[in-house]
Amino acid sequence: MQARGTVFKYGDNVDTDVIIPARYLNITDMKELSAHCMEDIDKEFRGKVREGDIMVAGNNFGCGSSREHAPATIKASGISCVIANSFARIFYRNSINIGLAIIECPEAAAAISAGDTVSVDFIKGEIVDETTGQTFQAEPFPPFLQDIIDKGGLLKAIK
Amino acid sequence: MGMTMTQKIIAAHGGVDSVKAGELIRVNLDFVLGNDVTSPVAINEFEKAGFDKIFSKEKIAFVMDHFTPAKDINSATLVKRSKEFAQKYGIVNFFDVGTVGIEHALLPEKGLVGPGEIIIGADSHTCTYGALGAFSTGVGSTDMAAGMYSGQAWFKVPSAIKFELTGKPNPFVSGKDVILSIIGMIGVEGARYKSMEFTGDGLKYLTMDDRLCMANMAIEAGGKNGIFEVDDVTLKYVEGRVNRPFKYYSPDPDAEYDEVYTIDLSQIEPTVAFPHLPENTKPVAEAGDVPIQQVVIGSCTNGRLEDMRAAAAVLKGRKVADGVRCIIIPATQDIYRQSMDEGLFSIFLDAGCAISTPTCGPCLGGHMGILADGERAVATTNRNFVGRMGHTGSEVYLASPAVAAASAVAGKIAEPKDIGITDLEYKRG
Repeated sequence: MQARGTVFKYGDNVDTDVIIPARYLNITDMKELSAHCMEDIDKEFRGKVREGDIMVAGNNFGCGSSREHAPATIKASGISCVIANSFARIFYRNSINIGLAIIECPEAAAAISAGDTVSVDFIKGEIVDETTGQTFQAEPFPPFLQDIIDKGGLLKAIK
Repeated sequence: MGMTMTQKIIAAHGGVDSVKAGELIRVNLDFVLGNDVTSPVAINEFEKAGFDKIFSKEKIAFVMDHFTPAKDINSATLVKRSKEFAQKYGIVNFFDVGTVGIEHALLPEKGLVGPGEIIIGADSHTCTYGALGAFSTGVGSTDMAAGMYSGQAWFKVPSAIKFELTGKPNPFVSGKDVILSIIGMIGVEGARYKSMEFTGDGLKYLTMDDRLCMANMAIEAGGKNGIFEVDDVTLKYVEGRVNRPFKYYSPDPDAEYDEVYTIDLSQIEPTVAFPHLPENTKPVAEAGDVPIQQVVIGSCTNGRLEDMRAAAAVLKGRKVADGVRCIIIPATQDIYRQSMDEGLFSIFLDAGCAISTPTCGPCLGGHMGILADGERAVATTNRNFVGRMGHTGSEVYLASPAVAAASAVAGKIAEPKDIGITDLEYKRG
């Protein structure tokens, strides 16, 4: 499993209210809803994002509400992977459950800049910033979580 | 090595003698809930996965509280979808307009959640029930779907931070001031992935409404859950509500904590959290001159009876300042009726407040009190993120009901003593 794309970079404590504002949560189609993803902190995100692009952020990404609409709309926007210094726990859990690739890697989160081209090898846990040539190594998921990811999400794993 | 309260509950529900922090474990659930925003997503996932049964008709609740009474056609459709699923599977605890209350006020009130139990909810403030000594935590809709189907969930066993509460709070100070002070101290990710365990001599001065408010905001410190040691206050509260056997747990004397804080409740002051994070706290006395256009008193954090009484004690015989809207939202039908019966509504109406049927509405920028660009609100809610209550250029200041009510009267951030109240007397407990 691999990902490769252009980086959108954000700071600390990006909350699920700015990832997808509650005023749109009466929309249930994630593709339609994703038109509003990130609009409260980055109005250009929607116009610029391309299939496979990568999001990089600081501490506590996805804090706040438990809305699964947050990882779901990031995924539906075309983002292939979110790399952060740390994730809020419900967001982390939701991402695993719905199959949005996420990686905790403080070194990568600090060094990678907006607009860089980054590739990720999920099996090796290797992140390469192709723009700067830097390589980073992330911790692998515990086997229990890797099993959920491999099976394509929680519901497929428990069935 | 000993276990924390949360670890003991997890071990008991996982069928093992002991667990340790970091371990992954599958546990049996006592209750699963969702609301009108998250249940339809769970239902979609449930059906997509091809599930055709639920683990219990009694242990699942759909609480239609966020965008209700339906604010538009899409919101009405979400409720309809939830209702049809509930009817199809015979889900007993389906709450809609007329019976509904804000989920985290309603479920404890109805006795649907109790001490020592494990509850997951597709709403981040599910951590509220830790006030009863339960392990209770927010999850997403897929976890809710899995829980509805299997009656189980997986967890990473959390480590814990212990908060030893001592001393007696001052009359102007409520659970809200205590939890805001703690979040200000440890930050919005200070308890990330961890349990916040509340214990100590000071507990006896905290009513159940104080505790529900404090456990509610554990998530605002990044916590997996907040949990209170069960005492007489807890047992008195659940008596007559929780009509089934329950077993509750105290932490082992040698339980290991990542950190231990001693909080002297007598030193806590009325506190306000400035935009745009709940950790941006300061004593109201240091807030400076901050004019406001709206006050909201309600939510799963502070829409309970004592909150209504505290607001009324401040508003009695006073008027909401010109140019300020004060919206009061009792969290459940029972709280609404009790507030009315106690004469609180007359006080609110005389003061120039609007009273709403139970709804989460304005807290998450849904409806019933949205802010325009540049407007400021003092709210008894739980989050003050960018755009939380409306326009991205609006601001939310989090505070207790007493501070919110005093601010409504002053037209700017204020505490009761700023409007001439020397002793705040209202019935607690």
